[in-house]
Amino acid sequence: MSIKPELLAAAGSLEDAAAYLEAGADALLVGEDRFGMRLPGSLTLNDIRQVVQHAHGRGSKVYVSLNNLMTNDLLPELPAYVKALGEIGVDAVEFNDPSVLTAVKELAPQIKLHWNAEMTATNYSTSNYWGSKGASRVILARELNMDEVTDMKPLLQVEAQVQVHGMTNIYHSKRRLVNSYMSQQGRPVNEGSLDKERGLFLIEAERQDEKYPIYEDVNGTHIMSSEDICILEDLHLLMAAGLDSFKVETLLKPRQYNKLVISIYRKAIDLYTADPSSYAFQEDWMDEIRAIQDPERELSFGFFYKEQVY
Amino acid sequence: MEAMAQPKYKGKRYRLDKPELLAPAGNLEKLKFAVHYGADAVYIGGQKYGLRSNADNFSFEEMKEGVEFAKKYGAKVFVATNIYAHNEDVEGIESYLRSLEEAGIAAIIAADPAIIEVAKRAAPKLEVHLSTQQSTLNWQAVKFWKDEGLPRVVLGRETSIEEIAMIKEHVDIEIEAFIHGAMCSSFSGRCVLSNHFTDRDSNRGGCCQSCRWKYDLFEDGREDNGNWVSEEVQMMEQRASRPSPFKPGVTQIPLFQPEDNQFTMGSKDLCMLEHIPDLIEVGIDSFKIEGRMKSIHYVATVVNVYRQAIDSYMADPEHYVLKPEWIEEINKAANRPLNTGFFYDTPDHEDHIYEPEEKAVPYDFAGLVMAYDKHSGTAVIQQRNHFKPGDEIEFFGPEGTFFKQVVGPIQDEDGNELNAARHPLQLIRLQVDQPVRNFDMMRKRKG
Repeated sequence: MSIKPELLAAAGSLEDAAAYLEAGADALLVGEDRFGMRLPGSLTLNDIRQVVQHAHGRGSKVYVSLNNLMTNDLLPELPAYVKALGEIGVDAVEFNDPSVLTAVKELAPQIKLHWNAEMTATNYSTSNYWGSKGASRVILARELNMDEVTDMKPLLQVEAQVQVHGMTNIYHSKRRLVNSYMSQQGRPVNEGSLDKERGLFLIEAERQDEKYPIYEDVNGTHIMSSEDICILEDLHLLMAAGLDSFKVETLLKPRQYNKLVISIYRKAIDLYTADPSSYAFQEDWMDEIRAIQDPERELSFGFFYKEQVY
Repeated sequence: MEAMAQPKYKGKRYRLDKPELLAPAGNLEKLKFAVHYGADAVYIGGQKYGLRSNADNFSFEEMKEGVEFAKKYGAKVFVATNIYAHNEDVEGIESYLRSLEEAGIAAIIAADPAIIEVAKRAAPKLEVHLSTQQSTLNWQAVKFWKDEGLPRVVLGRETSIEEIAMIKEHVDIEIEAFIHGAMCSSFSGRCVLSNHFTDRDSNRGGCCQSCRWKYDLFEDGREDNGNWVSEEVQMMEQRASRPSPFKPGVTQIPLFQPEDNQFTMGSKDLCMLEHIPDLIEVGIDSFKIEGRMKSIHYVATVVNVYRQAIDSYMADPEHYVLKPEWIEEINKAANRPLNTGFFYDTPDHEDHIYEPEEKAVPYDFAGLVMAYDKHSGTAVIQQRNHFKPGDEIEFFGPEGTFFKQVVGPIQDEDGNELNAARHPLQLIRLQVDQPVRNFDMMRKRKG
């Protein structure tokens, strides 16, 4: 037996939460749009309470996303929210802004802190810095390669989480870019119609096969990757390196799809943990995912095996 | 105080602390011009850890020379070490920062605690200014960095003037804000378009400005009882009954007409020249001009104008007047249309550039004044761009000296008459209508 890594999935509703726990998630990420970014759905405190009761009843964990770039006008709302999360008994919150770190340490010190700075969490030294400030986990940037991730692990004084499946955010602006574009075209815009349910995407002239989803919400404009990460084939390398948590990003995917993906990663983790030496990746796992994968979105290793220059 | 123009933000404080004018310097020559034209401080890039990997960045020797030059003017030199480091970058940080300290650099501009912590420990004479790459937008975050020992925070470009006022009220710390130049349209650091499109790491200096490319916007349809529908189609039906664009085999539709401009994230450039009183009164300590990749002409022109505006306001705030010639000057160096960013409002469709961009600056830097002989009224000009007798030219220098004239007969160093100044850096003699000084610049309208 080796140490079993956690399988984490983001849930956008009570139904999502139940389905993903059933499919084998060890932990759920939930939250409210005001404080958390790019969630599959916005949950009220009451919803979160129910998710926690359900998850804790099964021995699973619930994390709450507070990784927004906080503004002055959000600060007065933060203490009550953090206290409420403490009372509900959530297991951890994800933060990027130091104001969240400070609020949690003061008002709900029993909640663990996961440092999630998206694409800027790129080295062990900074991860350990946030560890020294109270974080127990770093959520690594999706732009790192496999060597960087596995080399980093022994240098970390905090747990490390990596995304193993799904899309990633590649651009975030406070500007309402789709609304602006439509306004300059003289096109009427229904309030709220540019959200992630709308199915908007961008295509760049020289990349006709790549569809980049784009949507707007209270936090601005978000552009997402045209491919879905899928590390399944090489998951054993991450498990062998001792990574602590694997996240399946469920954003902009049907629940049925996410359930299947979670269940397959569940199988892989269980099989590896039972006996790492006899573990072998099974091609039919990939076949199952491919069978329900959106044909317009390629499954890829993301940046795991790409060389980047600068 | 009633005579003053009403500022656009509430709760203003009337104050008279003179802000620092902080200018970019892509190389040693640009540094000298920025300082000579009135920058209180310049920021540069070294060979490592900066976000402009394509700039001709400074060696330590050049830094020392730059620091010595700036010192004569009482100006400081900062170095941008604003990358988000990867594991492989961590080891060299200490020796690099020690070298900056030895070179007399006053401060680093850093976003990554991996760099900040080493600076505090290993190079304590370097001030650490928190980079805009941290996207710091609220006063508690600013207070956190103050408690960490940082004397200055460069705010995210999304901060409004009212938010800056609130930050200044809550935290006693130097606040630096961008007041002029190109802007990321994303939150700084929150964009990996370059990584995805070109395998270039934007947060380590590889940005290829994919936000300024053009894109087409589409909508996915969804199946509803055998018909393909979408919000676009529903809206079309509300306006007029038109046939659905969802033909057999079509599941997604364009949200543009063939004649429409394409979608882009590209922003107009920031220019706060018309709002200097607001910026000073809200207490911004350092006014930052963007542009380490920009030309000498750009840096000198922009610094010159802001220097005059700040000095004019500080000399007599109650009678401060925005001079039309400052705006004319700024426009001569403008690369793009200008706006006020997030200072007063969230940018909308008027703040983005959908039309084809006219990249060209309307003026060329034609020559640099090397010497002037007041008896003969002759200047020695170092050629920086083609000019010839008959061209209409402008001379300008620090403190806003400015005049126009037509180029008369020109000679090379040996007194040979020339029909044009063709060779870069060639020294040319030219009769000038008014006295000029070394470091004054000569520009010419293009075309």
